[in-house]
Amino acid sequence: MTGRSALLIDFGSTYTKLRAIDLDVGSILGAGQGPSTVTTDVNQGLDAALNDLEHHLGTLPDFTHRLASSSAAGGLAMITVGLVKELTAEAARLAALGAGAKLIGAHAYKLTDKDAAGIVGQCPDILLLAGGTDGGNEETIRWNADKLMKAGLDCPVIIAGNRVCADDIADMFSASGIDARIAGNVMPEFNVLDVEPARAAIRDVFIERIVHAKGIDKAEERFDAVLMPTPAAVMEGARLLADGNENHTGWGPLMVVDVGGATTDVHSIASGAPADGSVVQYGLPEPYAKRTVEGDLGMRHNARTIVETVGADNFARASGFSADEVEEFLKLIENDVERLPETEEEQFFDAHLAKSAVARAMKRHAGTVEIKQTLTGPVMVQYGKDLTAVGTVIGTGGVLVHGDAPADILRAGLFDQKDPESLRPKDPALLIDRAYALYAVGLLAGVEPDAALRFANNNIAENPASRKEGIHGRSPAA
Amino acid sequence: MSLTPEQRGNITLITGVIGADTHIVGNRILSMALEKEGFKVVALGALTPAEDFVKAAIETAADAILVSSLYGQGELDCRGFRDMCIEAGLEDITLYVGGNLVVGKQEWEDVEQRYIAMGFNRAFPPGTRTPGVVAMLDEDLKDKANGAAA
Repeated sequence: MTGRSALLIDFGSTYTKLRAIDLDVGSILGAGQGPSTVTTDVNQGLDAALNDLEHHLGTLPDFTHRLASSSAAGGLAMITVGLVKELTAEAARLAALGAGAKLIGAHAYKLTDKDAAGIVGQCPDILLLAGGTDGGNEETIRWNADKLMKAGLDCPVIIAGNRVCADDIADMFSASGIDARIAGNVMPEFNVLDVEPARAAIRDVFIERIVHAKGIDKAEERFDAVLMPTPAAVMEGARLLADGNENHTGWGPLMVVDVGGATTDVHSIASGAPADGSVVQYGLPEPYAKRTVEGDLGMRHNARTIVETVGADNFARASGFSADEVEEFLKLIENDVERLPETEEEQFFDAHLAKSAVARAMKRHAGTVEIKQTLTGPVMVQYGKDLTAVGTVIGTGGVLVHGDAPADILRAGLFDQKDPESLRPKDPALLIDRAYALYAVGLLAGVEPDAALRFANNNIAENPASRKEGIHGRSPAA
Repeated sequence: MSLTPEQRGNITLITGVIGADTHIVGNRILSMALEKEGFKVVALGALTPAEDFVKAAIETAADAILVSSLYGQGELDCRGFRDMCIEAGLEDITLYVGGNLVVGKQEWEDVEQRYIAMGFNRAFPPGTRTPGVVAMLDEDLKDKANGAAA
């Protein structure tokens, strides 16, 4: 093999997954998989995966890049603290999710001693501390920093609040040996969101500290870098596809829906500004690259919650199963969360679960519009992002990749005439990421953006969710 | 005695039009004038629910909230405003209200008294000019301006 190639590694919580990619052609050379061995020695799982890959390829090429992402050992567990729930606390939450974190707690206003002890007890990998606009409220962020320190917090802290007191707080943490870093305020002015500096700081701490803490650096001479948490790689991949680079036009606004066993993740890369100039935008502006994680909508760990969210009767009626049958399927899943559907009925049941999860997750992610009556007539008010004009929705996750009718599942998450207030995509191209290529695109985005786009075109754009769901004659980056 | 622009720079004001009221022009003129005089102004614009004034004031550590109401429903919209501030820990915040505060033609003194009773520090009738508001702010917030500067 003479061409340039890349080895992409995902240190996951269950598997160590490899992808070997031909950078010149933009194709997958092969894949390999081994168990996740982060708790013992990460090298064992990597060896097994490399053997598997070698078995598929014959010989391993001399890789130009060897890049890794990780969601192992519980992912990047974060807790956020802000002031007003809808303002800096929400901005901090959005920043952490956008950095690919697994949010294990989100707090607003002043922490009590019990809150602070609880946070320390949860052992987050990183704590993100926000509160106050620049020059605004200082009291609460100082109070919260003090409570957390007295409670014995010992994880790295990123301070992304009122800059007037950021230095004081950082000094205080540093004096007790805590790795404290100052990032830009997540809300420097009222209702101005600036989550990128906080995201960058989270990424830095992840690379410098967390990779070591999770034991992944035991294999560090075998790859160039662990660049980011796996969900962040998906986000970076989506961002590159939407925006393109200086050589290639991007695909424009797009969304990614990842239906997993424990959560359903939704990403949107779109400004989400009101499509109609007469609509008034209201509330906190949301990030251009936004990620939401629905912890109650997982195909295996929370199958019952999905059914309950829709209502058991509604679910039974829509799926055509009786209430007793639904109960039986749920019991099967609950007794074996690793279960893959074995019969056609089970597949059908899974597809309905996925439809409900996608519909709910997309609805929570997308903005809403509502009509307010005023003396001068009705006014349209928009909350969150208007995603009706999004041109591409990419689906991934087992049920979409392996199921029979992924397009039907994705379509359940689109704009619904019966629910016109929910600003979900109206007529997007529906694509399936069958090869988990998005995370590979995200890892390659930083080092080989052209190759990453080539790879995406070959492996995602060419995968419509069903025959008629082409990409509407658009010509994505060639 | 009026404050210097530097002293006013220590003062953060929240402005906005309360309730289902879209009349933004007067409020925008007021916000621009206050900013020009040196105050830090956080303008929430039209159609602002009462609780959003309070949330913005908490996050920005504001010294005063200036509520506009032009469509005659102010009495309903402003009911409990001071209580909401107290509830949120903003006991000492200065509250102004101004505009067409009631329906129909009523004695201004009655209207003013009603709003003072609701907990507003000052109420301003229709036709108030911006220098008048600035003079009142200078007077009411001089301690905060100097305290913060000291």
